[in-house]
Parts: sequence; structure tokens; C-alpha cells
Amino acid sequence: MSPFSSPALPSAAVPSIEHPEDLLEAMLLIRAYELRLSELSAQSGTPGTCTAVGQEAAAVGVLSALRAEDLILTNHRSAGHLLARGADPGRMMAEVMGRRDGYCKGKSGSLHISVRELGVVLTSTIVGGELSLATGVALSQTLLGRPGIVACFFGDGAAGEGIFHESLNLAAVWKLPILYVCENNEWQAFVHRRETMVGERIADRAAPYGIASATVDGNDVEAVRDAARSATAAIRDNGRPFLLELATYRQRGHFEPDDQTYVDAAELAAWKARDPIERMKARLAAKDGFTTGDFAGLQARVAARIDAAAAFAQASPWPDPAELLTDVYA
Amino acid sequence: MPTITVYDAMAQALAEEMRRDARVLMFGEGVATKRPELVGEFGSARIRNTPLAEGIIAGTAVGAAATGLRPIVDLLFAPFLCYAMDELVNSAGKLRYLSGGQFEFPLVAISMTGAGWAVGSQHNHNVEAWFAHAPGLKVVMPSNAADYKGLLKSAIRDDNPVLFFVDIGLLYQPGEVPGGESLVPLGRAAIARPGHDVTLVSYAKTVAVCLQAAEALAATGIAAEVIDLRTIKPLDEATVLASARRTGRVVVVHEASRTCGVGAEVAALVAEQAFDHLKAPVRRVTGPDVPPPASYPLEQAFVPGVDAVAAAAKALVRKPH
Ligand SMILES: Cc1ncc(C[n+]2csc(CCOP(=O)(O)OP(=O)(O)O)c2C)c(N)n1
Ligand SMILES: [Mg+2]
Repeated sequence: MSPFSSPALPSAAVPSIEHPEDLLEAMLLIRAYELRLSELSAQSGTPGTCTAVGQEAAAVGVLSALRAEDLILTNHRSAGHLLARGADPGRMMAEVMGRRDGYCKGKSGSLHISVRELGVVLTSTIVGGELSLATGVALSQTLLGRPGIVACFFGDGAAGEGIFHESLNLAAVWKLPILYVCENNEWQAFVHRRETMVGERIADRAAPYGIASATVDGNDVEAVRDAARSATAAIRDNGRPFLLELATYRQRGHFEPDDQTYVDAAELAAWKARDPIERMKARLAAKDGFTTGDFAGLQARVAARIDAAAAFAQASPWPDPAELLTDVYA
Repeated sequence: MPTITVYDAMAQALAEEMRRDARVLMFGEGVATKRPELVGEFGSARIRNTPLAEGIIAGTAVGAAATGLRPIVDLLFAPFLCYAMDELVNSAGKLRYLSGGQFEFPLVAISMTGAGWAVGSQHNHNVEAWFAHAPGLKVVMPSNAADYKGLLKSAIRDDNPVLFFVDIGLLYQPGEVPGGESLVPLGRAAIARPGHDVTLVSYAKTVAVCLQAAEALAATGIAAEVIDLRTIKPLDEATVLASARRTGRVVVVHEASRTCGVGAEVAALVAEQAFDHLKAPVRRVTGPDVPPPASYPLEQAFVPGVDAVAAAAKALVRKPH
């Protein structure tokens, strides 16, 4: 409807994750980033984080199916989404550490990192907050005539919030181009999903709102990418929301450090045996003749980036105390 | 100057701002049904009915505001804001700061409150202080038609989230509204009546109560100054303090309940920054700490009356010093 044009929100280059090795490298980067932060938080004064170790295929698979003009909303477990979108691990670590060079000047910490220049437009750590905001972002896309769709990441726990239902219903009624991505990792902080819901699938909740949905193996990065590609194609075609549920598992607990004494060891072991990185590595070896040397090469490249990121973050100064009072009002 | 009701003054503000800026849109429960003239002029993309779901109405406004639109949402009655609290307080109020200034949230959330319709406390509850306490939000609550128009227009043009409270008791009150832009800036109080013996600080419908009390006080030789705050946050501290220093006596009057209300903030401000000029303690005349009842006489008894305000002012003036 709008007579005027508004510039697309992503202004920085968004990397494309094309080849099978790219998918693997992107997952390795996330894994290395999160493990490094876990180590740092165990040793020094670095704050803890919510890691998504074991869920890398979900982030990478979906992000590889998005376009630069698409917008993303995420939550407390966002490192994978941000890194797969092309965020600089150094600036992310600086943010986690509360330093000046963080993406949010250190004011967010790990829990609500947004990167406007990459189209990661609003991050909420109020469980379900991103679901409440995605409809408005999609409304802007539609009314301002911008091309991108909106991807909204949330957990299985968030699907228990009332706002999940309000968001799906409004998106359906207003025909908003939203890819709802539920990372069902079986855990809602310290409560297992089976204690909080009847049935297995969050995706079953889409049909009553007239929303198309799919559930895929969230630990198979190519399956996730393919499902996300067909979901985004449908959204771009008909302008309507889609709910994609990714069945995955949180391997390291809710918030570092977490000894996970409350987790069933057999369940954890079964999911570790389905680790998304190991599976992609094995598939590449079987299909494309990917060697251990190739893998070592990828790992070395990733390790060097994480070393540089940590050094950058640790060298970044603390914010000026005057920053306490800035950025409250426009 | 034409005389119109508060309702019509707000309608003018909405239409003028939507005409001025194509990014302005409005949605809420029944908004399109109740404002067919706006649908006619601006189309159903910009004036929308919504499902009955205040959380997502507010959240949608917040998300839209961050990404290029300038939404106005009508959340109906102020108690319903409880369902929208997360979106307004945690998202609109905080995500600019938490993102290090990457986003702006130009949105207006309108809601009605106050005695007048005998609807009871799930429809009438003056909660403006809750939002004044929340960082990142602005809070407006005007007292007359001209200010409803001028402040609503300014709120729509502001790049921050604004809670715009409409006093139900004033909705159909006529008032003179100037033509033209008639903007009233946010954050600026008005001296509704000048005086030098005592300052009555108020906002919304109790401004009229204070003006009547000032009239009664004048008959006894006491010149009361009446300040209409108009905007609760940011509070016009300079105007309040200048008057307090001039008169040395301050009574704060509001319909909202007493504890931690706006009156407490004004009293603290005066005590901290004008103490040396005070000739008497600051007094508050407010609604009681009870849920506003429906029964007409009880509802009326809830609101500070002319006699109570005049008596409080007299007691301060008579106090020897
Ligand atoms: C409204 C709200 N309630 C509770 C919390 C505390 N909390 C943070 S993350 C979390 C678990 C969320 O579970 P889920 O949505 O499945 O996401 P996951 O952490 O598994 O990725 C909880 C309870 C919160 N941040 N917000
Ligand atoms: Mg979960």
C-alpha cells in the first residue's frame, strides 16, 4: 500500500551457506564459539550463557535457507542463529562479556543480542517475547512493501505461553509472512517437555489456526535446510505463515555451568549419538570423499577465528560509565 | 475557536496525523468498526480491527514500530493493559536500551480510565504511575479537549513509546480547540490558573476539581495556582518547582490511588529541591487504596472532591510558620 519506499533493514553482507562443507563449517563455528565461552565462564569472570550445543543443525539449516532481505527474531539461545547469519564472533563475545565493542555496547549481555545491520531485528529473552514482536515486524514488511519474510525462533517452552497462540492466530488472520521455527529441544529450563504438554509435537498446534506446518529431524542439517527451503518458498508464494518444528536436543544444560544431574543419562547419550556435526561429517565422508585431513582443516580455520574472537573480546574496553544513562529514549 | 468534545478532538488528531505520515496506522479491538470515517479515508490496511488479544496487539505495535511503521493501538480500558504489560514494559521500554540504541519504538498505546461510567475496577483503574515507573516509556494524561488533540499529535510524532491515558469522565466534555497544527509538546505542564498562596498540582479530570477549589479559595482570600501536568513522564519538574518556590505550599491532587502514585513523586521532588522555600508540608489528596467501585455514589466518593482539595489548601495556608 505504501507510496514510499523504506530501505531494507539488513545493510551488512550476509554470507551464503551453500555447499555441504559450508554447512559443516558453520556448525563447527557455533560449537567452538559456545564451548569456548563455556570454558571461559568456568574459569574466569565471564558470565554464563545459554548454549545450544547439539542444536547447531537447526540454526544453520534454517539460516542457510533464508535470504539477505529476510528478518530474524530470536531469543536467549541465539548464538547459533547470529553466527550462521554472519555475526562476528568477536563482537558477540565482547557483548557477552559486557564490553564496549559488543553489538549492543555491552548493555545486552548474552541474552538479548540484536544485530540490526544483519536483519536480526529484535531479540527477547522473555520467553515468548519474540513471538509477540514477529507479527509487527512482518506487518512492516508487508505494508512497507519490503521483500523479505520474517523468521522467528522460539523453544518448545515458549509454545506454552499464551502469546504463542495469539501470535499464530493474528499471523493467520492477517496473512503475515512469518516462518515460525520451533526448536523443540525437549527441555524448558529444568523441566522436561513431557511434563508440560500432552502429545509430542508443537507443530500439531498450527492446523487449528489454518497454518501449514512440518516437523523434521532437527539434527540433520540438510533435512532442516530442505524443509526450511520449502517452507520459505511457500511463504514467499502465498504470503502466509508456516510453522517448522525441529526435533533436537539440548546437550549442555540450560545455562552455563549446568551439571545436568536432573537429565536422564540414557536419553542424553542417545541424543549425543545423533550429534548433528558428527552426522554431517560422516555423510560428507561417505558421499563426497571428505577426509579427516579436510575436517582438520575446517576445524583449524574455525579454531583460529574463535581464538581471534576471544582475544578481541578480552581486549575490548569496558563501557564508559556514562553509557549507563544513554539509549533509553530516542 | 471551535468547541468540540475530547472524543472528536482525538479523532481530528488521528486523521491529521495519518494524513501527514503514511507510516501511521491504528489497530485494536473494534477500531475499524468504530471509526468508519478513518477506514474510508485511509483504507483497511491502516485502520484495523484485531482479535481480542491485548498482548499480541501491543507486541505487534512494538515489532512494527521497530521496523518502520508508526502504530497507534487502542487497548480500550486501562486494566486490560495488564495483558499487554510485557510487550509495553519489557519490549517497548527496554529493547532500545538493551540493543545499545539500535532501534526506536515510535508507538502510541491509548487506553481509557477513570470514574464516570460506573463500570467498576476492571474497567476503571488509574494505572498511569505503573508506566511512569517503567524506563523507556512516556506517559500522557491530558485534562481538556485542546490538550487531547495537541498531545495526541505530539505523541504520534514522538520516536518513543507513549502511553496515552484518556480520562473516561472527560471523553464527551466539550472544549475549545484551536485550528491549525495546534501541537502541544510532551513534557510541558500548563499553569491552568495563576496564584501565589498555594500550588495545586494535578492532571486529567482532577484539574477541573482544582480549578473549582481555587475559585472557592479565592472567595476566602487565598490565591491558588493550579498546575496541569499534562505529561506525567517526562515530568515538567521546572514548572512544578518554580511554582512551589513561589507559593511555598503544594497540594498534589489525583484520582489514582495514593500509595506510590504520581503525587508521591511530585512530593518527593518538591521536598528534595524546594525544601527551603516550603512554608508547610506537601499534602496529597488522592483516590484511596481500594479498587474503584461501580456504584455511582461510591465511584464519585473515590475521586478527590472540591471540598477536600480546598480544605487541604486552607490547612496549609493557615499553618503558622
Ligand atoms: C516469561 C519467562 N518465563 C521464564 C523465563 C526463564 N526461562 C528462560 S529460558 C527458559 C526455558 C525456555 O524453554 P524453551 O522455550 O523450550 O527454550 P529453550 O531454552 O529450550 O531453548 C525459562 C523458563 C523467562 N526468561 N521468561
Ligand atoms: Mg526447549
